[in-house]
Amino acid sequence: MKHLLSIDDLSVDDIGAIFDTAAEMHDVQRRDVKKLPALRGRTIVNMFFEDSTRTRSSFEIAGKWLSADVINVSAKGSSASKGESLRDTVLTVCAMGVDGLVIRHPASGAAHQVSQWVDAVVVNAGDGTHEHPTQALLDAYTLQRRMGSLEGRHVVLVGDLTHSRVFRSNVLCLTKLGARVTVVAPPTLMPAGIDSWSRAVGFETSYDVDQVLPQADAVMMLRVQRERMSGAFFPTAREYTVGYGLTRNRLALLGPDVPICHPGPMNRGLEIAADAADAAQSVVLEQVSSGLAIRMSVLYHLLAGEEA
Amino acid sequence: MPAPAPGRTVLDARDITRALTRISHEILERNKGASDLILLGLHTRGVPLAHRIADGIAAVEGVPVAVGELDVTMYRDDLRSQPTRRAHKTQLPSGGIDGKVVVLVDDVLFSGRTIRAALDAVSDLGRPAAVRLAVLVDRGHRELPIRADHVGKNLPSARSERVSVRLAETDDLDEVTIS
Repeated sequence: MKHLLSIDDLSVDDIGAIFDTAAEMHDVQRRDVKKLPALRGRTIVNMFFEDSTRTRSSFEIAGKWLSADVINVSAKGSSASKGESLRDTVLTVCAMGVDGLVIRHPASGAAHQVSQWVDAVVVNAGDGTHEHPTQALLDAYTLQRRMGSLEGRHVVLVGDLTHSRVFRSNVLCLTKLGARVTVVAPPTLMPAGIDSWSRAVGFETSYDVDQVLPQADAVMMLRVQRERMSGAFFPTAREYTVGYGLTRNRLALLGPDVPICHPGPMNRGLEIAADAADAAQSVVLEQVSSGLAIRMSVLYHLLAGEEA
Repeated sequence: MPAPAPGRTVLDARDITRALTRISHEILERNKGASDLILLGLHTRGVPLAHRIADGIAAVEGVPVAVGELDVTMYRDDLRSQPTRRAHKTQLPSGGIDGKVVVLVDDVLFSGRTIRAALDAVSDLGRPAAVRLAVLVDRGHRELPIRADHVGKNLPSARSERVSVRLAETDDLDEVTIS
């Protein structure tokens, strides 16, 4: 595996290796000296053409804890804002001898495209509405730590599926690990062509959150991505919450041990009520610390080994 | 029954037991007892060896000795010239290693690079009062100024020869062979 562009690039064994290493990286987070020398002498550039707090800082800390030199380039404040093309920006950065590029871009397929242009290892940190593989890995890892194996467990994803790269990576990852996945969304936020894709990948779809939630072993709420919405996908925020939000009443439909995930940032009061976000069974902050461990593991597996 | 390893057997099960018993006694003598002692087994075969030495010490002293596991994968200096290795577990006894006498336990001492990595790992984990090294086999060919405090068997070998340690816990039998 040279790059991490999609969950499709990974075999079940690859995911197992990433999880095993992540478990060791998790232990490093509890140490006084949170530093391993594994990537000493390597340079990683985080190129973020979209706003991000947790993913960017997670990749930055992950690289630094592995002793790599990490720099951040964002669209705002870089030559991209002067009209430089993505290709020129990337080639300029790579001409400085960069070993790894972590890229987030609003265009689906950007990370794949970049991997064609450069020799550096490319990690997709979210490309448009396509994929966000490290998020899916950290979600599955978090759930696996909570529930043991994911084999046969029923994971329910609820929310804005049309605009969600997290959903796409997650169904691929969870089904690959043997979970039964049901995705729930209002008809307007159900992606076109999902029926054939769900048959091919092997997951279920539903429009009725109240019917699905009581059968869930884990629930993952997805953010309503208003910034990606060019039209009206639901009449009012209130109506979305009543129909699909994880409200206090719906929280009661879940078992007390059913983990609640959210990739963040959360729209409290819209897709998730504060009661649910702060519930004892919420694993939102656990996802953040798992994310760091997963990203350390991914960077280690991609960048520590034999030079290409 | 596991298939016999190729090559000449240099230590059989009874030799290994005797060597580990002697090492247990040596560690106790050097440490003047079992107080503040931690055995850290290096993955993979150092871990069962550390447990056996701890059992040996407990049998003599009548007190349990703390055993931990140390994985040095991330600290190796050959990460870039090898395919990526899978990391194992690092697990310290509760209370950590600060102020304790840590005895690193490994199966074979060869170039010394694994022990160098282990020393780096240990210094990231805490500040022990002293670090010592116990190995089942010292086959020579050191590339770094490192030597063991406790050696089960000194085994002169050619660099091209292969020394294989097999232990009941990982390989279903106790045996050291050279081929």
